[in-house]
Amino acid sequence: MTTTTRRGNAPVAPLYTRADIERMSNANNEPRWLLESRLAAWEIYEELPMPNRDSGEAWRRTDYRGIRWDQVNHLPNGGQPSIQSVPAPMLEPLIGEEQGGTLVFVDGKLVSVQISDVLTAQGVVFTDLGTACRDHEAIVRSNLMTKAVKPSDGKFAALHAALWTHGLFLYVPRNVVIELPLHVVMYNTEAGSTLGHVLIVLDEGAQATLLVDFQSATRDEQTVSIGATELLVGNAANLRYVALQDWNRTTYEFNHQRGRIGIDGQLDWIIGTMGGQFVKNFIEVELDGQGANGRVSGMFFADHEQLFDHDTQQSHNAPLTVSDLLFKGAAKDESRSVWQGMIKSLPNMQKIDGFQASRNLVLSEDARMDAIPGLEIEADDVRCTHAATFGTLEEQPVFYLMSRGIPRPEAELMVTEGFFEELLDRVPFERVRDRLRASLEAKIVGRDA
Amino acid sequence: MVASLEIRNLHVSVEEKPILRGVNLTINQGEVHALMGPNGSGKSTLSNVILGNPAYEVTSGEILFEGKNLLEMEVDERSRAGLFLAFQYPVGIPGVTLANFLRLAINSRMKAKDPASKGISISDFRKLMRAKMDSLSMDHSFAGRYLNEGFSGGEKKRAEILQMAVLEPRIAILDETDSGLDIDALRIVAEGVNSLRGPNLGVLVITHYQRILNYIKPEYVHIMYQGQIVESGGADMALHLEAAGYDWVREKFGTATP
Repeated sequence: MTTTTRRGNAPVAPLYTRADIERMSNANNEPRWLLESRLAAWEIYEELPMPNRDSGEAWRRTDYRGIRWDQVNHLPNGGQPSIQSVPAPMLEPLIGEEQGGTLVFVDGKLVSVQISDVLTAQGVVFTDLGTACRDHEAIVRSNLMTKAVKPSDGKFAALHAALWTHGLFLYVPRNVVIELPLHVVMYNTEAGSTLGHVLIVLDEGAQATLLVDFQSATRDEQTVSIGATELLVGNAANLRYVALQDWNRTTYEFNHQRGRIGIDGQLDWIIGTMGGQFVKNFIEVELDGQGANGRVSGMFFADHEQLFDHDTQQSHNAPLTVSDLLFKGAAKDESRSVWQGMIKSLPNMQKIDGFQASRNLVLSEDARMDAIPGLEIEADDVRCTHAATFGTLEEQPVFYLMSRGIPRPEAELMVTEGFFEELLDRVPFERVRDRLRASLEAKIVGRDA
Repeated sequence: MVASLEIRNLHVSVEEKPILRGVNLTINQGEVHALMGPNGSGKSTLSNVILGNPAYEVTSGEILFEGKNLLEMEVDERSRAGLFLAFQYPVGIPGVTLANFLRLAINSRMKAKDPASKGISISDFRKLMRAKMDSLSMDHSFAGRYLNEGFSGGEKKRAEILQMAVLEPRIAILDETDSGLDIDALRIVAEGVNSLRGPNLGVLVITHYQRILNYIKPEYVHIMYQGQIVESGGADMALHLEAAGYDWVREKFGTATP
């Protein structure tokens, strides 16, 4: 945080109003049901208090009072964003050569859509959420913030449900297997607020691989991103989802993300958190069906005055479910990170296998990292393990590498990168690994984004 | 020109406790020396100081390599100048593969010589690694393993000798490379060292036991005791130590720390 004191009479909560919702909904020509659902969420939003450090564990270490809500108040203004403003490397695919489809959003507006004819013929829907609400009401309406993330999940979840500005929607029908990966770019150039949504629905037996790349142009003004991600993985469906976040350094992000997995379904979820001044990210996996398997691999590297707070939960709601979560992070300079993890089970969910580990590398004396693992298991025939470890950059490995002729900066880089390899080994996509390594390297050697 | 490592009246402390108390030793390229002595006599301290381990403090004396003051050089510069230490306890480095690390080590050498160098090509490097691993009876999968992570004692020592073979030092120090090795592993490691022997390589074999010297035959043997080299002689002195142990050294040079 850049500051912990309140400046003058700056507001301590967002300044959006019910009228903002109506205006936006009208301007976008939204269906009536959507406006009603937004307004219902607004009621919940108004009832919930703004969380603060006295609001319980989830917020105890997470100070966001630095946000100037009066300065981030404006929503994307419906200007003429263009794909030209997107940095060229973002448009290169990160998984495979050929893409099944690509969506590019700039400042919340869809500026480019590509989808293979084959997928369209198979009934796959891959488009922006606003369009999907009009053209695919049945499937969107029953899934949008009704099953995974709900307005009642928290103040920012409710605000998102009321005011989401844009989003991506992927629907894969029953037994359709999308072989080619899907690529989504979410790029922001403006200051103000965006509330971006990700809704992925895989019907029974469906399969897909999708990557979303969140970035924004460097700006001096504060920006707020209040996001939500919903991954609905049906019975025997298989989703590989990669989310890479590298917002600019004046962004404050609040994010509610939840995956739900049906019987024998599989979710492989990869998360990279590199950007933003402040990140509060709720990441939850609900293993709803027997045999469901959820894997979460999270990586972050905080520097300067970044604060990254990841709150993860693995909920075993059925017997014979497996979850495996690994978070690896580093903090240097005066940055701060928090990870709180929880494995939960409903009563008598036998033969569940839950694993969570948080491994932390503290790279400066002024950095601080907290890791708080937790278990709430109400069954006896289970295997649940958790671990949290902390370390620093040790001199002996660096000395060893130097003793073979490698200069100190490169030796330190190699040892630090080595720490993350265990996580990168879980990422089966070469260019995603390369991207993450490049971000690490830039942070380790202090090359500002 | 023959490179030489000259250690002159070297005094070293660890956490203010004197460990080396006036060591004098010269090793020339092409020579094989053995440094023997009881545990705690300062042998490993000497090897670590030569490479510049920051845990050790040189309080007086000097070390020259090719006439240059080694103590003023960074650890990596010492390596690039042609010094090598096979560690007694090689540290494990998770996430760093033997191949990636050795390639960076080679490239660091090439770039120090020529800043414009692009380094060794991947195919040349692979060929080099395969040839060197074959000479040490190492499985090629070794190259992809994380450095010393989960290696057996013998694998660690072989990996050290592999690095020596790849980096081609002028003076190499083997710090208790024999410790913990069974006879087969010892033979493989020793053969690896012997295959590198020649006019371009000087070796200092540090050992507690004579056993390794049956395989790597030294021209000179030195005995270290209480932080000083107290006796120097030929290969026969190692055999004498094997038969008589170190008791005579203690008797002759005393047990009290002066």
